[in-house]
Amino acid sequence: MSSVLSSEPAPRRWTADPVLTVEHVQMRFGGLVAVNDLSFEVGRGDITALIGPNGAGKTTVFNCITGFYKPTQGMLLLKHAKGDTFLLERMPDYRISAKARVARTFQNIRLFSGMTVLENLLVAQHNRLMLASGMTILGVLGLPSYKRAEKESIEAAKFWLEKTGLTARADDPAGDLPYGAQRRLEIARAMCTEPQLLCLDEPAAGLNPRESAELNTLLLDIRKMGTTSILLIEHDMSVVMEISDHVVVLEYGVKISDGTPSEVRNDPRVIAAYLGVDDEEVEKVEEQLDELAEGTTP
Amino acid sequence: MAAAKTTSGPGGSIAGAARDAILAGVVALGIFGPLVGLKTEQNMQNELVITTRWGLVAIIVGIVIAGRFLLTTTIWPAMTRNKMRDKPAATAGEVAFRARLARWFAPTGLVFLFIYPALMVYFLGFQGSLKWVDNFGIQILIYVMLGWGLNIVVGLAGLLDLGYVAFYAVGAYSYALLATHFGLSFWLLLPLAGTLAALWGIMLGFPVLRLRGDYLAIVTLAFGEIIRLVLINFRELTNGSAGISSIPKITFFGLYSFDLSAPNNFAKVFDLPMSSAYYKIFLYYLILLLALLTAFVTLRLRKLPVGRAWEALREDEIACRSLGINTTNTKLTAFALGAMFGGFAGSFFAARQGFVSPESFTFMESAVIVAIVVLGGMGSMIGVALAAVAMIGGTELLRELDFLKAVFGEGFDPDQFRMLIFGLAMVLVMIWKPRGFVSAREPTVFLNERKSISGSFVKEGHG
Repeated sequence: MSSVLSSEPAPRRWTADPVLTVEHVQMRFGGLVAVNDLSFEVGRGDITALIGPNGAGKTTVFNCITGFYKPTQGMLLLKHAKGDTFLLERMPDYRISAKARVARTFQNIRLFSGMTVLENLLVAQHNRLMLASGMTILGVLGLPSYKRAEKESIEAAKFWLEKTGLTARADDPAGDLPYGAQRRLEIARAMCTEPQLLCLDEPAAGLNPRESAELNTLLLDIRKMGTTSILLIEHDMSVVMEISDHVVVLEYGVKISDGTPSEVRNDPRVIAAYLGVDDEEVEKVEEQLDELAEGTTP
Repeated sequence: MAAAKTTSGPGGSIAGAARDAILAGVVALGIFGPLVGLKTEQNMQNELVITTRWGLVAIIVGIVIAGRFLLTTTIWPAMTRNKMRDKPAATAGEVAFRARLARWFAPTGLVFLFIYPALMVYFLGFQGSLKWVDNFGIQILIYVMLGWGLNIVVGLAGLLDLGYVAFYAVGAYSYALLATHFGLSFWLLLPLAGTLAALWGIMLGFPVLRLRGDYLAIVTLAFGEIIRLVLINFRELTNGSAGISSIPKITFFGLYSFDLSAPNNFAKVFDLPMSSAYYKIFLYYLILLLALLTAFVTLRLRKLPVGRAWEALREDEIACRSLGINTTNTKLTAFALGAMFGGFAGSFFAARQGFVSPESFTFMESAVIVAIVVLGGMGSMIGVALAAVAMIGGTELLRELDFLKAVFGEGFDPDQFRMLIFGLAMVLVMIWKPRGFVSAREPTVFLNERKSISGSFVKEGHG
């Protein structure tokens, strides 16, 4: 909340009602500190981008949020629109998806390649269907209530197939889809879990410009629906600058910038991190920053 | 080999082939001459004497020469011709025929299974049918059921379990002990044996949840051995290696008994001539129904979320967790259900044999069941059934090959070579169909059209 009090240039919209609050998170692997004292907020309904050079710790942050790693220190607070709160660092990974409703995609696509596109989307609705099948027992007996639930799930899958343009390939194995379609299917599968927060790990990697533009439309569509906030890692700056409301920049596991896309683009530290500068220049920039900080704080 | 390649082209010369065959014969003579031709035996004075078996060596070398000649002159040229010729795309008629074959195979097979004992009795009489119903029918169906049970764990969930025979043993000993000590009926003990086996499945499941791949395989293998060693050494309970004998027979749902001395003996009640065939035929139908129950439950489960979760687990465990699937429970249900069917089969086995001992539950049994699942194509019900017929029926058939004695001499027993032939057959099938008899996967649900999925997309699981 101190950020609101300090004299930062623009009002921080995302601090008002964050869906996810990351506070002082540290992730240490033995002697290596991959993420250090990281704090940021993901605004509800926003598209938030997490960027940074290779090895900056972006995917590590994702793995902490989705429970694949347990952070060594810090707090990850997820707040639903209805007001339920979850401390993600205390939950096992499958409960983070099932209860806290955080879905994710992976940097190297992880589809169920031997199952059809439709089956992939039904697996994503596992927990709802499991309840409907009476933990399998009623389902084995062939009761109609399960049939009904399955039909609803297929309808939900159809909706996302339509959104991602995969309807024609619904009965093909996921492993047979072209690369771009696999990326879209992974997003559709994550959306089938009805997430509050969707974490996308480099969704535009390997896409051609047209597919990349389609991805932008899809993500903006999801934002328009208003129930799911998006946190994405991306290297493709056209995606980041075009669609995101809020950008967080990491370098060597430390946050170096946090703001709207235009602010971040003009941040000298970000430019230095991305383009690389002489050591002297870094010192100069840091000096300037220090001066700036001294000049603005009372 | 290089020489063979140059002479075996289309229309390769006969002389070249003959030269090549003779060369192979010389190599065979070099190998088998000392190995087979010379045999040392101890005589009465404890001295080693060499006996020679040159006749046998001559037969083997003859087979090698003839086989090599046949390969170079006919088989290899035919294979290259086949490869060179462009395969015409399957005509509409062929496609329709294949679809019809796939659709009718299961129902036809089922009808055949149901009339099989009747056919045998009709053609061979009650006494003559015994062997075919018991050694072939019941024996194969037990392995079909075990294969289908293990298919849940290995084929669907992708967890390599090399100790499946442990659950078979738990089922068998549950029935054997409870029936002999407390006189409980088979119909009560069948579900109980299944439950006990499922409990052991969960007990095995818990410690191995974190393991994958080779490590999982080794621990399950060890589990199978532990159960067998406990059965041997816990003499007070299991009577050790001597086993448990005079296990009561299964009754006809409590109405009729198949015990000769019982007053409600089946043959006596219906005034039929005494024969053990009635019991065997009854057992045949019982194991057929048990196997079909396994198939029915598995097919149902595949279309339920738990079944899809198993298959998803086989494809990618990390993705499963990211979708909120509790992989621990999913693995445990796979272990428990697979074990339960193993337990059912085990209690049936105990009742059928009337005798159980740890000898029946060696690692070899586990290996055979895993081989059936792998050979059949992981996850495919029909493939597993076909593989069980081929493996168990095939090894049983070896006992029937008496004519080989005429070739190899009176002392030749083809049954002793069953493991050798079995291994050779496995290698050949794996060259011909590396992903098993039926590699394609049938989707559990479809939107517009059901298309089977090529085996190349389906993963085998990684533990």
